Amino acid sequence: MFWASYLLAALAIILAWPAPIALSRAGWPARAPFTAMVLWQSIALAGGLSMIGAMLVWGLEPLGDNLVTASAAFLDILLADGSAESLGVIHVFAISAAILLFGHLVFTLALTFVRIHRQRRRHRDMLTLLSSPAAGQPATLVIKHPAPVAYCLPGGARSVTVMSDGLMDLLSQAELDAVLTHENAHLHQRHHLLLWAFAAWRAALPWLPTSRLAQQAVSELIEMLADDEALRHVDEPTLVRAIAIVGAGAAPSTPDALDDALADESGIPLTTARAVSGGTSDVTSTVPRLRRLLSPLPPLSLIQQGLALSSAGLLLVIPPLLLVAPELLG
Amino acid sequence: MATLGDLERTVMDLLWTTPEAMTANELRDAIAEAPSGEVGRELAVTTVLTVLSRLEKKGLVKRERDSRPHRYMSVTSREDHTAELMHEVLVTAPDREAVLARFIGSVSEAEAQTLRKLLGGS
Repeated sequence: MFWASYLLAALAIILAWPAPIALSRAGWPARAPFTAMVLWQSIALAGGLSMIGAMLVWGLEPLGDNLVTASAAFLDILLADGSAESLGVIHVFAISAAILLFGHLVFTLALTFVRIHRQRRRHRDMLTLLSSPAAGQPATLVIKHPAPVAYCLPGGARSVTVMSDGLMDLLSQAELDAVLTHENAHLHQRHHLLLWAFAAWRAALPWLPTSRLAQQAVSELIEMLADDEALRHVDEPTLVRAIAIVGAGAAPSTPDALDDALADESGIPLTTARAVSGGTSDVTSTVPRLRRLLSPLPPLSLIQQGLALSSAGLLLVIPPLLLVAPELLG
Repeated sequence: MATLGDLERTVMDLLWTTPEAMTANELRDAIAEAPSGEVGRELAVTTVLTVLSRLEKKGLVKRERDSRPHRYMSVTSREDHTAELMHEVLVTAPDREAVLARFIGSVSEAEAQTLRKLLGGS
């Protein structure tokens, strides 16, 4: 059974380090955000599975030739108070670590869920007092504040999109529609579930730099997905203008200047795109988002997308296969 | 049928717009006279008191303890609460990203300059 645990450990290391780094540096996710999103999810899930699996299989090795008999022997030790002499300290340590890690991941997921929901409920309570429904727009609230702000607050049937009147003053009706369709796409595509899972992963494994990379990539990808959805309803210049105006936090001094600047691609320097914002190490993504809309690259070919999706599928199949492989092979 | 949220909103609107503190009785009368019609039915004073204690627990309302009956007032203005809520939305915190999805995330100063240039502004 040792070889299976070594393979699982190798997979865990690849998925914890080189794979996420390579994916976070790749250029193609902007051309196929949905596929990239699926790949991130399978990397995270398979990474966790193989980490836990490697320790479990290695730890149980002295107790049997396969996972089933070894687990049964282990339960026998625990419940029937059998002798643990056959195990040895190191193997007991590995089994405990696997169980602890599993518990830690599940617990953090639950804790993050509770924390997020509590904050959302409190926020919704305050919104009930401070905002008023937008005219003719169901589930849209307007709050009196000068800063141009738009966001959505997920919550099942009580999901709302919030806009400040500062935003409504700055944007034309078409640009507001672009903002609203973008935010509604977040709600319809259940992006908050992805954000929850990856926020939990980051909270559970903060020492793993790739958990931060994954969370960043996922929050960038959902913006791309929502932009793509908005583009089905509004034209590209309208969406670009809305993003630029809200991002700059100021109205364009001359409406025509925007069109000129947009025509001139060099107006967006590549270097500033990776500028680090105040205090945190989180990279902001507004300029890359705009660049993607302004000079769209062709979407990834179906073959390439198929390749990426099948590797995502493989990643999910391999760890369970490795877990049962010793049994299958005798 | 007005929900508790609607009632809380009506009470807060009254407290925010009335300069002096109000008793539960005064609040009930003001709600009954309110032109909005949303909650414009006759309310029991106990209902108003329930709403007030909920708002007090949320830190939105305080009362003058030395007067009988108690007089209630808002803790801070509507504008202050809005500013606080918007600060919560705008502040950059990775752990908060999952709570709500903003149209534009945090924008660095360099990015904002780029965008302003894009928009042809100053």
